[in-house]
Amino acid sequence: MRIRALIRRICEQLLRDKRTLALLFLAPLLVLSLMYYLFNHTGNASDAKIGVVKLNPQIIELMNQQGMNVVSYDSADKNTLVKDKLDAVIEMQEGGIHLILKNNDPSQSKALQMRISQATSALSEMTQEQGNAAAPKLSLTTEYVYGSADTTFFDTLSPILIGFFVFFFVFLISGIGLLRERTTGTLERLMSTPVRRGEVIAGYLAGYGIFAFLQTVIVVLYATLVLDMNLAGSIWYVLLTNLLLAFVALSLGILLSTFASSEFQMVQFIPIVIIPQVFFAGIFPLDHMATWVQVIARIMPLYYGADALKSVMYKGLGFSDIALDLGVLFAFAVLFILLNILALKKYRKL
Amino acid sequence: METTVKVQQVSKSFGKKTVLSNVNLNMEKGQIYGLIGPSGAGKTTLVKMLVGMDMPDEGMVEVLHTPMPSLTMLQHIGYMAQSDALYNELTGEENLRFFAAMFTMGKAEQKERIGYAADLVNLKDELGKKVSAYSGGMKRRLSLAIALIHNPSVLILDEPTVGIDPELRQSIWNELTRLKNDEHKTIIVTTHVMDEADKCDMLAMVREGRILTRGTPEQLRQQFRANSLEEVFLQAGGKQS
Ligand SMILES: Nc1ncnc2c1ncn2[C@@H]1O[C@H](COP(=O)(O)OP(=O)(O)OP(=O)(O)O)[C@@H](O)[C@H]1O
Ligand SMILES: [Mg+2]
Repeated sequence: MRIRALIRRICEQLLRDKRTLALLFLAPLLVLSLMYYLFNHTGNASDAKIGVVKLNPQIIELMNQQGMNVVSYDSADKNTLVKDKLDAVIEMQEGGIHLILKNNDPSQSKALQMRISQATSALSEMTQEQGNAAAPKLSLTTEYVYGSADTTFFDTLSPILIGFFVFFFVFLISGIGLLRERTTGTLERLMSTPVRRGEVIAGYLAGYGIFAFLQTVIVVLYATLVLDMNLAGSIWYVLLTNLLLAFVALSLGILLSTFASSEFQMVQFIPIVIIPQVFFAGIFPLDHMATWVQVIARIMPLYYGADALKSVMYKGLGFSDIALDLGVLFAFAVLFILLNILALKKYRKL
Repeated sequence: METTVKVQQVSKSFGKKTVLSNVNLNMEKGQIYGLIGPSGAGKTTLVKMLVGMDMPDEGMVEVLHTPMPSLTMLQHIGYMAQSDALYNELTGEENLRFFAAMFTMGKAEQKERIGYAADLVNLKDELGKKVSAYSGGMKRRLSLAIALIHNPSVLILDEPTVGIDPELRQSIWNELTRLKNDEHKTIIVTTHVMDEADKCDMLAMVREGRILTRGTPEQLRQQFRANSLEEVFLQAGGKQS
């Protein structure tokens, strides 16, 4: 009953605060889109203009399918490339492929290289399956463990980004929301009613939890459906991981608001508590770093969240592989919630 | 007469600063008990202990024969803080409804109490407005209404009439007197307004964390050979400096 009233009040408050709503629901999408175009533009081979010489029509077909602009020449060299503003020239020679790259944009070149090698290897497989043993063996071959020739830096980064945005915005809004209650005295006022401390925390978790849940769903759906981010595993595990992460952020935000006496001081927690988590969450591989760096990473909730998200979204792993990460996130949430109930003793000893 | 609020040898310090030292008070049912004294004397600190929002370092506080803090007792205490603590994004009615939901009461009773409390502070027509659009006095009145929402038998009001116009102030005091006489509530009020202090049955003068003197307004005037409480206040304030 009391918890329901608390939830209702938080919803009423938040729904009237249009700016906060926008921050919660639109800002992550906006920033995510910007990052997406930023990272994806460089290293994108799909709109490349490519000159081909004597190339197998099947390969040309494959390249067309990938959206490349293929132009056929009888012969071409570096001069043709510059003159016709091509990104690359591919020439079929004896037993192999000769590739000329303009290399204006190294990451695009790399992507092109990957595309072409993928196309040629696919072709050799095809011809071999047809029992055509005499088919020319093509010398460009590459193998991928995870991902594909589509892989960009962003694909490895996007799971971390999704986790980060969910964590950051939920942390900020729940933290500042509760801080406002502390500074305006309404929390103290609330504690002069017979409400239990556990009920207050439960109410806040559920009330802000509703919004955190919505935000998580929107961000994940937008990232996978609209931005078409790489999603190798199940979307349900992505949602589950993000929800746990949101709960950790929620309880941490509420907890840290205890130690802030103004909105400004709450914002000061961002460089201390949030930013380091981004760097330790796997943007830089930590495997070969000093032990103390790895120890620090392991006390950060985002490390586990990002690890689980990367496992699902990029590597396509299943529940058993992320169970440990999820367990640790759950433990973080429980710990912060208990600390929150304890911290409310500041207002009332019971 | 039944003693409903008992303060026994209560001391409290914040860090090195002693805010209350050895305070003893007994407040009775059907009585308006006034706390007066200069700013910073410790009135708010004392009153917060009655609600259980602060703990005494020494001594103890009993409300309705139950040592504080006690969750069940909070159901019977109405508290109005010195500074308005309201949800500004919500309307007056939503504020009332929210706080009403924190106490145990049925749906019908809740509706009736909201109507009564709003009527008492003359806010019936403004209940649909957001609190952020309220004037200072309106906010104060809403705080008072919230303190009364659950029909408490002990009412603790920390400077309830600051920023309220004389006409409304008089009607609020009339209502407090009615609550005292008809419903036998214990009412504790802190105030800086001496003609309000005059309406109390008992007064305690707090200064630098001690109870300087106590008695009916009449007794205080006689004790200080003063014509008005104003003079009592000034004399008592100057006595130790
Ligand atoms: N949380 C706190 N931490 C430190 N000191 C405090 C705290 N609360 C109150 N004090 C100090 O205790 C003393 C008494 O404060 P209190 O609020 O009880 O005064 P008051 O009698 O209500 O004054 P006023 O009439 O101005 O409301 C003041 O000196 C104040 O500085
Ligand atoms: Mg005060």
